[in-house]
Amino acid sequence: MDSKELNSPGYDVPPELQGQVAITTLDRIYNWGRAASVWPMMFGLACCAIEMICTAASRFDTARFGMEIMRPSPRQSDLMIVSGTVTKKMIPIIVRLYNQMPEPKYVLAMGACASGGGPFKEGYNVVPGVDRFIPVDVYIPGCPPTPQALLNGLIKLQEKIKGQSIKGARWYTKGPDEVEIPIPILGPDLIDPRKIDQIKQISKTAKKAEAQP
Amino acid sequence: MTTPAPTQTLDLAARFPGSVTPDEREGYDGWIVAKEKLISFAQVVRDEFGYDYLSSLTGVDYLPEGKMEVVYHVYKTTGGPGLIFKVQVPRQDPIEVPSLMPVYPGADLQEREAWDLLGIKFIGHPDLRRVLMWEGFEGHPLRKDWQEAFFEEEAKPFKSRWPDGQFTMAEDRTPLGDNVAFPAGFDPKKARFDPETALYESLRQYDKEETGLETDHMLVNMGPHHPSTHGVFRMAVILDGETIVSLKPVMGYLHRNHEKIGERNTFLMNMPYTDRLDYLSSMSNNFGYALTVEKLMGVKPPERAEYIRVIMAELTRIANHVWAIGFLLNDLGAYFTPMLYGVEERELILDIFEAVSGSRMMCNYFRFGGVARDLPEGTLEKIHGIAFDRLPRKIDELERLLAENEIVRTRSIGQGVLSAEDAIRYSAAGPLLRASGIPYDVRRAEPYGIYDRFEFDVAVRYNGDIYDRMMIRFDEVRQSIRIIQQAVKDLPGGPITAMKPVYQVRVPAGEAYGRVEGPKGELGYYVISTGKSTPWRYHIRAPSFINLTAFGPMCTGLKIADVVGVLGSIDIVLGEVDR
Amino acid sequence: MDDMYGKGILKGLGVTLKHFWETYLDDAVWLVRRVTKGERRYLSLEGVAHRSSKDARGIFTVQYPEEKLLIPEEFRYIPFLVYDEGPNGEKTMRCTSCGICSRVCPPQCIWIVRSADPATGRPIPDPFEFQIDADVCMNCGLCAEYCPFDAIKMDHDYEMASTSRTVFNKEQLAKPASYYEAIRPINAAQENAARAAKEAARAAAE
Repeated sequence: MDSKELNSPGYDVPPELQGQVAITTLDRIYNWGRAASVWPMMFGLACCAIEMICTAASRFDTARFGMEIMRPSPRQSDLMIVSGTVTKKMIPIIVRLYNQMPEPKYVLAMGACASGGGPFKEGYNVVPGVDRFIPVDVYIPGCPPTPQALLNGLIKLQEKIKGQSIKGARWYTKGPDEVEIPIPILGPDLIDPRKIDQIKQISKTAKKAEAQP
Repeated sequence: MTTPAPTQTLDLAARFPGSVTPDEREGYDGWIVAKEKLISFAQVVRDEFGYDYLSSLTGVDYLPEGKMEVVYHVYKTTGGPGLIFKVQVPRQDPIEVPSLMPVYPGADLQEREAWDLLGIKFIGHPDLRRVLMWEGFEGHPLRKDWQEAFFEEEAKPFKSRWPDGQFTMAEDRTPLGDNVAFPAGFDPKKARFDPETALYESLRQYDKEETGLETDHMLVNMGPHHPSTHGVFRMAVILDGETIVSLKPVMGYLHRNHEKIGERNTFLMNMPYTDRLDYLSSMSNNFGYALTVEKLMGVKPPERAEYIRVIMAELTRIANHVWAIGFLLNDLGAYFTPMLYGVEERELILDIFEAVSGSRMMCNYFRFGGVARDLPEGTLEKIHGIAFDRLPRKIDELERLLAENEIVRTRSIGQGVLSAEDAIRYSAAGPLLRASGIPYDVRRAEPYGIYDRFEFDVAVRYNGDIYDRMMIRFDEVRQSIRIIQQAVKDLPGGPITAMKPVYQVRVPAGEAYGRVEGPKGELGYYVISTGKSTPWRYHIRAPSFINLTAFGPMCTGLKIADVVGVLGSIDIVLGEVDR
Repeated sequence: MDDMYGKGILKGLGVTLKHFWETYLDDAVWLVRRVTKGERRYLSLEGVAHRSSKDARGIFTVQYPEEKLLIPEEFRYIPFLVYDEGPNGEKTMRCTSCGICSRVCPPQCIWIVRSADPATGRPIPDPFEFQIDADVCMNCGLCAEYCPFDAIKMDHDYEMASTSRTVFNKEQLAKPASYYEAIRPINAAQENAARAAKEAARAAAE
């Protein structure tokens, strides 16, 4: 956001004050600060992670967006770039990492696999899209998205951040300040704790069907 | 190097009368060994015939014949063609085969994989746990009668895409709306799950040291989310203070069911999937797969295609090695700067790949009998400029940056040593093997494509430590530049494919094992065709995966801080480890 | 002097120092070029081309979105469907719903519904619906490679980040032949020539 955009609060500034003071809204300056210092988590899953590293490297350089500080710890990061195929074996860890991130937090699904399963969707160990478990803010199609496509997605995310308001933000309202997502369990197959009753029901009917050949 | 005798002329049948017979199926090769004689057979093969290197071990499910087969490919580290032997057992649980761990310790992870995915029990394996899936997973997915939740049809193309054309998300076809299926009568509320106990138990066996002191060993998990594990890799370590008592690699966090999907794909469809194995070097992966299927089809690519293939494969090696060097130095503490220098060179190579194939990383450039398209205008000049002008000086610069750095040297020299004997025993491949003093390079040992025409030295170093494994990558990059320079000079004109471009190739029945020297090591494809449009078995001998067999022994006795250096020097890519 | 501790470190620092100065050196060279030829190092096509060439040194960054990397002709992203425009603006899809693209697609992300002739009920060569799940597509380009009618091609547009999952239908996929000729001039010219030759041969046979 350039200074002109930042300085237009939406009402008239008296002519004698123009160029002397900067008037803006709290939301704007707050979001400007947030959008220009998004710290992604150093979290690579698969092929897309390589393109993510390339994006952070000298040719594309996320430092221009204030995003060069990749934190290995979820406690210090604002953005989770899910860069690659989400497998059943990995999803409990991803959900746990997401739960550990402080609000406000954002998730960017990079590439076909993270968005919707991708070419490996039919596989037995693949979660068809990370949005089955954690809420995703921006989806980037492509296999893998080129670094420029990722930057495009990051700009999209910045736009989203700028559109938010302190008043409406979930993490400032009353109630639980964090949304804990139950961690999936590795049983005979991946168990989503939110669907336990459903699983029990379906397995029971399957048993009945088996009993009556 | 002497020319060894062809495998079939070895008189193994006479040596083991009645229990070793030649494999006489159409299109097959090698020997079928009786289960009881397997270990003594392997011993003879290794000690008397000199096949000291177990390249690949995999299972095949012959569902219609009611048989389960384990296939072994062994080679001599002095070069030459290999020897194939197989064990067949009836396909009734428990399926039991003796473990070859006593003869070839490199069988460790591969046997665990065969147990995990095919349910073949290897009797005598000290730690037979699942390796890619988690302990407690239901079923053995690579068996032909095992179906996943999103199963649609036995073979692609699916009818629902065309001509039926019903757009449905796969999720809508399953009762739970998800990619999961549970055994009948399963009650998630009553069941107990602990996928980890078996792993910790297997580590505890090293935990009984009596020192007389009241000390306790500590168990530390590194990964799967860790900045220096190069992806979603995990190691479980038992520590005595800071010293490593034992270490086990834990993988499968990126297991994308490559082989199961590959057995449903047509032969051509697998080509873009191979890109995603070792996603840093897709051209090499393409090369190996194309060679294997060409072996089955009996096709030979035209001259120009052969040269283009070599140029692309060697550019891949350079791109991979500069990346690997950069990340190894990153792990050793030279944060980001060497990596940025490496990535810069890689970007320029990726530009070439993008111009030639259309994608920076997922090239999908090779076709059976040639390559997908000719070099676009201006690309050859670009390759020429990079290979003759830029890379030689940039590689020297990268070496000057940190190769003599005293801190790097103290951290890497003498650390994580892998002896030559151990490297062979553990089936280490590629730079890991050559840094331990074994000059074994598939491009020389069993030349494929047109590698016999080029002048290059097999890079070899002798100390087998982290430093040598870093420096050998510099050596290999220089040799690759030499090869590219020769290939660019001699590049002939002419067609780029030997066949009419068709999307449905006819592959005669039979088996083939094709291997190439990928940047990470020996990359092998084992493909069985039954004459249909899809392969019956499609197995990948992934160098990163098998190189990890030696990881635990290499780390024992080191300090915990050096583990990341050792791992970085092996240079793994999780796409290939887990497939 | 060979065993002096710190010599290797100094040598390495020399390399980073060289990289540091190279930026300014290159800027000076381009200052001369700017004065003499009017060429600029930043925010210009020749500048991006220079930074992607073997002579690149100094600052390597391409400042997306202000400047973008040059896209080679073969670059592929998500497929699109080509339609020909008639003189009066009518659109004719090149696709005949033959199904080769969906049969060759490795992850099976193409769904085609064929149209039926309302009078006879038999299929006619025009897709009724054509869907591509962009979140399954692996951008491999096999569909474009094997399409016998030059009807499905790989797009160059990579700026498609969105806030929801994407499944493209026929209307979203359709793009005019002029667009295709603009992004892939060499390929399009070759294919157009081949098609013209084929039609001429057919006309001659009749």
